[in-house]
Order: sequence, then C-alpha cells, then structure tokens
Amino acid sequence: MAATDTTTAATAPRTGGNPLRWLRRNIVTLAGLATLGYLILPNVVVMVFSFNKPNGRFNYQWQHFSTDAWADPCGVADLCGSLGLSLQIALWATLGATVLGTMISFALARYRFRARAGVNTLIFLPMAMPEVVMAASLATLFLNMGIEFGFWTILIAHIMFCLSFVVTAVKARVMSMDPRLEQAAQDLYASPLQTFLRVTLPIAAPGIASGALLSFALSFDDFIITNFNAGSTVTFPMFVWGSAQRGTPVQINVIGTAMFLVAVLCVLVGQVAGNRRKRSNP
Amino acid sequence: MSTTEAPAPPETADAEPLPLRKTPTRKRLIPYWLLLPGMLWLIVFFAAPLVYQASTSIQTGSLEEGFKVTWHFATYWDALGEYWPQFVRSVGYAGIATALCLLLGYPLAYLIAFKAGRWRNVVMILVIAPFFTSFLIRTLAWKTILADGGPVVGALNALHLLDVTSALGITEGHRVLATPLAVVCGLTYNFLPFMVLPLYTSLERIDPRLHEAAGDLYARPATTFRKVTFPLSMPGVVAGTLLTFIPAAGDYINAELLGSTDQKMIGNVIQSQFLRVLDYPTAAALSFILMAAILAMVTIYIRKSGTEDLV
Amino acid sequence: MTKNDQTQSSGGDVRLTGISKTYGSFTAVHPLDLTVPAGSFFALLGASGCGKTTTLRMIAGLEDPTTGTVELSGQDVTALPPYKRQVNTVFQNYALFPHLDIYENVAFGLRRRGIKSVKKQVEEMLDLVQLGPMARRKPQQLSGGQQQRVAVARALINHPQVLLLDEPLGALDLKLRRQMQLELKRIQTEVGITFVHVTHDQEEAMTMADTVAVMNGGRVEQLGAPADLYENPATTFVANFLGTSNLIEAEVVEAAGEELLLRAADTKLRLPAARCSATAGSGDKVLAGIRPEKMALAHTDDTGSLPDGHNQLPGRIKDASFIGVSTQYVIEAPGLGEISVYEQNIARDGRLVPGAEVVVHWNPAHTFGLDAAQDIAAGADLDEEAA
Repeated sequence: MAATDTTTAATAPRTGGNPLRWLRRNIVTLAGLATLGYLILPNVVVMVFSFNKPNGRFNYQWQHFSTDAWADPCGVADLCGSLGLSLQIALWATLGATVLGTMISFALARYRFRARAGVNTLIFLPMAMPEVVMAASLATLFLNMGIEFGFWTILIAHIMFCLSFVVTAVKARVMSMDPRLEQAAQDLYASPLQTFLRVTLPIAAPGIASGALLSFALSFDDFIITNFNAGSTVTFPMFVWGSAQRGTPVQINVIGTAMFLVAVLCVLVGQVAGNRRKRSNP
Repeated sequence: MSTTEAPAPPETADAEPLPLRKTPTRKRLIPYWLLLPGMLWLIVFFAAPLVYQASTSIQTGSLEEGFKVTWHFATYWDALGEYWPQFVRSVGYAGIATALCLLLGYPLAYLIAFKAGRWRNVVMILVIAPFFTSFLIRTLAWKTILADGGPVVGALNALHLLDVTSALGITEGHRVLATPLAVVCGLTYNFLPFMVLPLYTSLERIDPRLHEAAGDLYARPATTFRKVTFPLSMPGVVAGTLLTFIPAAGDYINAELLGSTDQKMIGNVIQSQFLRVLDYPTAAALSFILMAAILAMVTIYIRKSGTEDLV
Repeated sequence: MTKNDQTQSSGGDVRLTGISKTYGSFTAVHPLDLTVPAGSFFALLGASGCGKTTTLRMIAGLEDPTTGTVELSGQDVTALPPYKRQVNTVFQNYALFPHLDIYENVAFGLRRRGIKSVKKQVEEMLDLVQLGPMARRKPQQLSGGQQQRVAVARALINHPQVLLLDEPLGALDLKLRRQMQLELKRIQTEVGITFVHVTHDQEEAMTMADTVAVMNGGRVEQLGAPADLYENPATTFVANFLGTSNLIEAEVVEAAGEELLLRAADTKLRLPAARCSATAGSGDKVLAGIRPEKMALAHTDDTGSLPDGHNQLPGRIKDASFIGVSTQYVIEAPGLGEISVYEQNIARDGRLVPGAEVVVHWNPAHTFGLDAAQDIAAGADLDEEAA
C-alpha cells in the first residue's frame, strides 16, 4: 500500500468537513454554551433596560433610549437608603459570621472534643433547610420574645445562616493543610501564638477570604429571611420586591448593572494580578 | 456538600494525635472556647426557634387573646387538607426545575471542566457573575423576556409551540407569564449555578487518563460517559440536586413574580399565613410539614444514589 | 474486531510510516519510520520530552498523528479511534477506575465488546497476575505494585495485538521495580503478545526489551538489541545516555587497512576501522569512545609490564570511590580532561590513591569511533532528572 494514499485517507476524517459530524462532535460544547447564554441573558436584559425610558411605572417594555437613570441613580425615594442599609448589614454580618465561623472551623479541624457529630450536624442543617422554614421559626421566636424587628433582627438572622457557609469554606482549607507545617514552625522556635499568626492563619487565609466573600454575597442578596425578620425596615432586596408591586424604577436596573460590572471588574483585576504574581515568582 | 465531606473529619483528627491525658486543662478547653460563641449563636437563633416553632404549631388561640399550647395536632391535618395542592405543586415544580438544571447544567460543567481550555476562567466568571446582580432584579428581567408581546412568546407562537404546551397544561392561552412554565423557568434559572458548581468540582477531579483508559478498553465516547464519567461525577450530581431541590421547594419568589394565583407554592402560603393572615400555628405546621417532607426525600435520595460508596 | 479473538497467542507487528506530531510550532515527534516485529518486546527509551510517550499514544490512537500512518498487522488503523483498535495500554499511574472494583476493572474491556460471560476469563487473568483474592477490592485499597498488576491484567485480558506500556513501573520503588521487570518479562514470554514499552530508565529497557529504540529530541537516535547499542553506540547521545562513556577528541593520523591510527594530545591510539561510525580519512577529527569498565589502571612504575598493543594514556588519579563490586576512579589526563575508569575489586593495588601517577590502558578492540561534529556531552546527565 502506497504511503501517500494512506496518508490522505487517514487525514481526511480528522479535518472532516461534514457539518453533521461537526455538530455531533461539538454537541456538548454547544449545549454548554446555550446554558451559559440562559444564565447571562437576564443580566443583558437588566443592562439594556437600564437605558430605557418607560412610559408607565413599570420598566418591562422597551420605549426610548435614555441615560436619565444613570445620571441620577438615587433619584427614587428610599432606593439608595436601602442600598446603604444592605451594604451595612452585609458588612457586619460578614464580619460576625467570619469570626465565629473561623473559630468553629479551627476547633473542628485541629482539635479532638466530644460532641463532634452534634456540632457537624448543627453546622450542616441550616444549609439543608428551606430558607422559609428558618425564616418563619426565627421570626416566631422574636415575635414571642417581644423583640422589635429591625436592623438587629436582620443582622442576627444573617449571621446565623452565613455561619455554616464560612465553616464549610474555612474547614476545607485548614483540613487540607499539612499539620507538619505547624510542627515545623514549633520546631523552629515559634510559640503556639506565633505559629498560629505566622503559619496557620496565612495558610488558612484564602479559605477565610472565600468564606467572607460568600457571606457578603449571601447577606447582601438575601430576601426570604429578611422578608420575615425585617419588620418595616427596607433593605435593597426588600425595596426591589416592593417595587415589583408598586412600579419598577429604572434605577434598580442601573444599580444591578453597576454591581455586575464592579464584580466582574474585581474578578478580572484579581485574575490579572494573580497571573502576574504567578509569572514573576514561579 | 454533606456527602463529599462527611468522611473527612475523623481521619484528619486522628492524623494529629493530641493525647488528652497529658494536655493541661487550659489547653484541653481550647476547642470548647473556640466553639462556644458560634454554637451558641446557632443554638439560640437556629435550633431553639425550630423547637419554638414546633410548639407554636400545636397552639390555638388568636392574636388578641394570645396563643396557648393545647396539643392541637389537628392544625397539621387542616393545613394539609387545605394546602395539599400547593405542596404537590412545590414538589413538582422543584423536581422538574432540578431535573432541568441537571440537564442544562451538566453540559456546561462538562464544558468548563474538559473543553474550555484557556477559556475556563472566563466561562467560570460568567457562571458566577450573575450572582452579583440581585436575584430579584434578574427574576424581574424574566418578566421582560417572557412578556406577552416579546420576541420569545412571538417565536413560540409562530412555531405553534404554545398550542402544544397549552394542551399539556403548562401554559395558558398564548402567553407564558403567569403560567407553570414561567415559574419553572424562573426556578431553573435561579438555582442553575448551584447545580453547575458542584458538578464542575467533581468533574474537574476526574483524571482525564480515565477517559483515555476507557477508550483504550473499547468503550465508545457515549459508553465512556455512561460507565466512567457519570458514575465518577455522582458526588457532584447528588450535591447539585440537593442544593437545587431544597431551596426550590421552599421558594416563593418565582411563583409570586412570574406566576399567578394558580401557581402558588407552599412557600407563598407560609409567607402569607405568617406575614399577612398572622395565623402562626398554621404557618408553623406548614413549615414543619415542608421540612419533614424534604428531610425524608433527601434521606431516601442519598441512600438510593449510594454516594457513600464513591471516592 | 472479535474475529481476532481466535489469534490470541500471537501478537501483531506495528509499522509506523513517516509518523510525526507537531503542536503549534513545537515538533514533538519528527517524521519517523519504525517497525516493531510481532511478538517482540520493544522499548522506546529516552529522557522526558523526547517524544517517546507521544509516539506510544499515536499507536494507541489517543493522539492523532500530524503526518504518517500507523499499521497494525498490515492493517492501516491511523483513522481508527482508540476503542476500535486491537491495542491496549498500561497507563502511567495506571488510570484504574476508582468507582469499580478490581474484578470490574479487569472485566471492563470484555464487557464493552459485548462479551457476556466474563467470569472465567477474569478469574484466569487475576490468577496470572496473582491477585485472585483481591477481586472485590477497590483500586485505592491496593498497593502500588498490586495496582500495576491490575493495570496489566485489565489490558492483557483483551488479547490485544500489541500491549503498550507507558512508564508502567515509574511509580514503584526500586526493589519492586526490579521484581516487576522480571514479572512483565515472564508474562510477555507466556502470552507472546507484542509489547511496546516506554521508559526513561535505560537499565529497565536493557533488562526487558529485545529491541531498544533510543529517542532524543523527537527522533530515533539508534535502534538495536541492548548489547549492540551498548557496545556500538552510533551517536554521542547514545554513548552517554546508555551507561557512561569516555569520549576522547582525536585526529586521524593514518587511515589504512583495518585500523585507524589516532592522535589525542600527543598520545597515539588505535581504533578498529569497522567500529568507527564516522567516515574518517587522514586529518579528520573523530571521537574515540571507551566504556570505563573496559579500561584498566596501572601505576606508572609498572608501565613496562602492560600487555602488548594496548592503548595507553598517562594521567593522575584525581578521585577514587569504593562502591563494593568495583572502585571508580576519575583520572586527570593532561590535555584530555577527565577519564572515568571502573576497576573490579579483584586485586587492589595499594598505590592507586588520589594523586598517584598512573597509566590508563585498554584493548584497542574495545574502542569505538564517533563523528566529532556532535555535542560531546549530549545525553550525559539526562537519565537521572527524567524520573
């Protein structure tokens, strides 16, 4: 058999021009991209409609292009107030949940103690429970204790449901850390406190950071638990919920788009910085 | 999430032996001090309310006269009798949305894990980024996308697909909004990332050489998927379905924003009983039924999927 | 595919014609012709990144060649996906399916080909690799050596025409590796299947294979029986990569008859013309190569009693290390650099200590000649780092 003949026969199917075959080969990629489109589509709509000038109170139909809302993002009563409140609650909830959660994670990952199974269950249950159940239960408690709903009840609730997520994130990181690193530090004359500050904590930092980031996102975006425990206090999600009934101002699209862009920008900057660091000291 | 992590703690704890006998008392108490504040928080604001809720569910009375524990279990039967359609609907919608999430999410997770190459990070960002826009705003955007005069409904009408879905009872007339289709579509959308991320994590852990080994041992690509890839991704499938199903079953936002009164789910009922009707015993009983139903389903599901057997 | 099941005891031959692989601008394998005879144990030897694994993966169908064809038993399989080729692979780190037990791992290939009753075959195969009692364990419950044998069993049970082994012993410790080398050799003799074995370990290649192809930079440097490669390396790379060689730069003084007369730093050396792979006329440069164990040391005082006609080089002992079976000397030869000499510890001469003036001598028939237009140090320090 001649070498040239076999070569062409062999290369033909690899480059294959048949569109049906191409489709079959790339069907998974195409399906994945379609799903990605489904995930992104609402964000695109939110962005486009932040430039809308609706005729009525509701911003559901495209009318005219306008940058009015971008020029005056706080132009709707209570909008920016609720946004500020949400940011404030998210920050405090993140701080609280991260500190408490990190402490629990270290106990779980580094010490032996009784009732470990009980602790694990108590950590796991809030994540496996429908939010509406937690929300109603906690609200019942507050109601019966005669505690007034507001900033503090929201904060308490947010720390409660963020805690488990922080523990999960930090524990995974601390568990994967080689315990011999701490022994090495002690061997090199570090006291327990120095060991913790100079070795354990820096290594656990990425886990703590991702737990904190998750807490912030969860708290900032929470609606169901806040809905039950806010009383008359209005956070940003509560404002959006209310506006769905009363009329949706274009400004919420502006804020949604701005948050999206800021987040993507942060991630990109982080990525570029990370890449550069990786390249400079491999 | 529970299934992949559960076996880890005892092993790692054993890896670093701390002989209890020799350690001084002060040191022995460290873990308890570390646990104390967080655990107290969870006991007071998570566990205690559940107990309190249990007692509320068997109380009778009214707002004016106050509620008393009267062991009135009939509340459960009344609640079930009156709201069973909402229960069935919740489980049904959440089940369908979970199945759709798996169906849509798997190719995307597979794409990120095996096909994206240097685009992996970009695709990852695009999956996570929508999280940063309040999900209520994004859910409202579906009102625009599925609007009666919009391009989606127009296209579906032109293809006469809405006639088909109407015949099946998942849409009504020539619209999508305020129908089961819209609610399921919203649920699927909202919880899709919770499916994609665990799936991706478990797919990414699979050694690509296992795919090659399967191909080398006469498995066609489809067989390789069925016999190697999918079984190895089971921890992700289980975690993803749980993370999708549980919140979807308790959700009331999609039904409220995208559905009509005929699509109310059990979450809507609990919310209105609690915040509007102020019938606390009924709200408590409903949330307990929901919780019990979900716990039962989850337990059976984990048993059936046999994840403890996997790596 | 199934019709070949009848011919289980005989392997097939592999014929690569003009096969090459490029990734973008990087050429992993340069166009290559290679024939592996049926039933042979063939080794592809080279440092990491030399293209040996890529070549193996092209035979398996896991990599599409950029050019060229792969033939198995005379049949062109270049376009066939891996699952249609009568070839099986023992993967590096084994790639055992973690969700299946040993029995199901071994049965995997048979089941995929629609064979219903696999019990007898699987049990026989597990017995062959001495893992019968482990059948229901999961791969991660087995030791490295046991996993390795499962990987071999999983591939062999399919009676492939060719078994491909990609660094199959790389993850094992030295002792186990030695044991598995003999084990694999035994299995190969028993089943008679063609084995193509990729390794960076020259000792492993020489112990196991009938034929070794030494690869470097995406090309086959030399191909032959292990002893032939060792005795008659054709390039400096092969001379240095397989064992150790002393390479001495020399000029041809006289090229007549069966011997070449060379001059290296004022010393006359003789080299059999038949063992010089370079075409050398008078005045040309060549590299004269000698294996360290073929050289002997004599104290300068004993120069008179050296065998007649031996090549001689004067020098001084720079370093001596005793390693049990032999003593390895480093000799500083004026104008020629360092020369290694391995002396068997039969009669140790107490005068041979560092600083002593000595004469290195050897039978000229043990000298080989190489083209001087090559990197003299090629392949010298490669086999260690490749692991």
